[in-house]
Amino acid sequence: MKSILTDYLVALRAIVVFTVLTGLAYPLAMTGLAQALFPQAANGSLIGPAAQPAGSALIAQKFTAPKYFWPRPSASDFGAVPSGASNQGFTSAKLAAAVEERRAALGSNAPSDLLYASGSGLDPHISPEAAEYQVARVAEARQLPPELVRHLVAAATEGPQFGFLGQARVNVLLLNRSLDALK
Amino acid sequence: MFALDILQAALFAAALILLTPPLGLYMALVLEGRWRFLAPVETAIYRLCGIRELREMSWRQYTGALIAFNVIGLAVLLAILMGQGFLPLNPQNLPGMKFFLALNTAISFVTNTNWQAYSGEAALSYFSQMAGLTVQNFVSPAVGVAVMLGLIRGFVRRTGTTVGNLWADLVRSVLYILLPLAILFAIVLAGQGVVQNLSGYVTATTVEGAQQAIPMGPAASQIAIKQLGTNGGGFFGVNSAHPFENPTPLTNFLELLAIFLIPASLTYTFGIMVGDRRQGWALFGAMFILFLAGFTASWWAESQPNPITHVPINMEGKEQRFGVMNSVLWSTVTTDASNGSVNSMHDSLSPMAGMVAMLNIKLGEVIYGGVGAGMYGMLMYVLLTVFIAGLMVGRTPEYLGKKIEAREVRLAVIALFVPSGLILVAAAIASSIPAGLSSLANAGPHGLSEILYAFASALGNNGSAFAGLTVDTPFYNLMLGAGMLVGRFIVIIPALMIAGSMVRKTAAPPSPGTFPTNTPLFAVLLVSVILIVSALFFLPALTLGPISEHMVMLQGRTF
Repeated sequence: MKSILTDYLVALRAIVVFTVLTGLAYPLAMTGLAQALFPQAANGSLIGPAAQPAGSALIAQKFTAPKYFWPRPSASDFGAVPSGASNQGFTSAKLAAAVEERRAALGSNAPSDLLYASGSGLDPHISPEAAEYQVARVAEARQLPPELVRHLVAAATEGPQFGFLGQARVNVLLLNRSLDALK
Repeated sequence: MFALDILQAALFAAALILLTPPLGLYMALVLEGRWRFLAPVETAIYRLCGIRELREMSWRQYTGALIAFNVIGLAVLLAILMGQGFLPLNPQNLPGMKFFLALNTAISFVTNTNWQAYSGEAALSYFSQMAGLTVQNFVSPAVGVAVMLGLIRGFVRRTGTTVGNLWADLVRSVLYILLPLAILFAIVLAGQGVVQNLSGYVTATTVEGAQQAIPMGPAASQIAIKQLGTNGGGFFGVNSAHPFENPTPLTNFLELLAIFLIPASLTYTFGIMVGDRRQGWALFGAMFILFLAGFTASWWAESQPNPITHVPINMEGKEQRFGVMNSVLWSTVTTDASNGSVNSMHDSLSPMAGMVAMLNIKLGEVIYGGVGAGMYGMLMYVLLTVFIAGLMVGRTPEYLGKKIEAREVRLAVIALFVPSGLILVAAAIASSIPAGLSSLANAGPHGLSEILYAFASALGNNGSAFAGLTVDTPFYNLMLGAGMLVGRFIVIIPALMIAGSMVRKTAAPPSPGTFPTNTPLFAVLLVSVILIVSALFFLPALTLGPISEHMVMLQGRTF
């Protein structure tokens, strides 16, 4: 009986010590280091004036006007608190209906990533094909030569990281801001 | 594209194989106290906790101390989650969690499952994430390592009746392995864009003039240990699909590697501890075969277009920066190891890729598996395999020089098959009562898959989900909470009982009739036993779920 009680007392003290070490000292030290080394990245990669940010380079925003490139569909309608996905399976009637609706709006040849919703609901990227697919619409709405729009798309396109990791992608928010910055 | 995908998968495998020996050797040295370069800190922790680190424990004492540690951990975490409204570091003024959800969450993190019936950004304060969840992210894998050490000592000790000191095993696992790796990894993650701050959420005015709340928090520190400790619980609701948890292909590659790193290296640690590295490589090899088979099958399945929507690339629930290959590599790795984090939504996987994920969990989380847990789980299969091999050649089975007798085989069978049986029973209950069915997001066979996956995930201590299922209900919170507890301890307790009975046995030198367990042949036999046993158990249920779904999908039916 006494040894069992001892176990629980040691356990309590151990939880307190582990909490101080791994639950307070560790995350606070990492916060301090990250803030000193990478303040921009550790604070959400925000863009625009600090007092009134225009968003995060890593978080998709809703775009509906024809003069903007549109991001991938979002099951949470671009709400970030909480994030969410459709969670619809391959045989889901809802998924089939959503895809048909998007085809009707975007055209029957729209690339896959514009027809299917992202995992996070906040995917900041589209494929280069999905950007190319929208160039004509954006150029017409802005009365710009398509070549100029393509030039901005190319500037907002990242290849695979280090040339081999992940997929090529276009950051929609950064691309749209560069369009708005044209004068 | 295809060549780049192959290259990334090959690099992942190569990095895993190359890192296994050095990390495995390091862990063998520090876990057995042969290299104590942090001795002053280690000793200070012992004194603060009142630990007599040299006191050897019997299997009963070891198990008793382990249960005490988990009971206290559970109580403290439950109190933090329910009381977060009164605690500091709560810039969003979030209220305390309700009891059922808090109980489910506390069990989930204490058992290394990290099942989440909540969304972190909407439900948890920074204090709860740090002082509550991050702590269990460290200590629950340490418990796994401790059980593994106890079991290995049962095999290798030639004298005495004790299996080590639980407290020293826990402290060393955290101090020498988990904490240093997490510190390194957290810094890399923060540099790539994983948030690490204590600020309140930012409200941005979007380009089109709407308001968008952007969540913040100390995420990098938690995500580092979430992957290294095979925990898997996301800081944010959509887990590693969230751009703030996994912003770049590099973080994706490193997080994937972090999931397998420690469980894979522990096979090498095992080889060193038993004095024959080939014993470790045989287990590594068996695990690698199962991993590769699952990954290949998933990748093939996910590369076939959905015949209903005719969309060429299956990007539903996936992120553009990762694409299909990196998403199925993740869905395989996270279910092989009992990690359970996701970078794509498993509910939206093709029926066959979803089935592979589910089956990986149902094999008992032994394909590298959880930190420590994968090794002791695999050793249960090893005992079963040497038993079957012994029956085939007509000799008393032995492993690592000690005889395996009826008691050990019975205990291994309990550890392996009680969770499997309970998955089926619980899923049968949930799919026949309104409280279970009203939570479904998908109808038809995929609905059954959602339920099956949930109970497999809970009892296997995985934590991933077919997340369409609404699980924050009293029924699911309680059923899955109970499942996680049973799934954890129905393996731990028999494993430590086996340690207790093995340590008393005298070792005999190998005889000509000894079936060698350090060969490729044994690895293949082990894989066969795992697959045959699990196929017998789960084929009927899988036929009703994912296999049916695949068939009706080919006919173009929707639900």
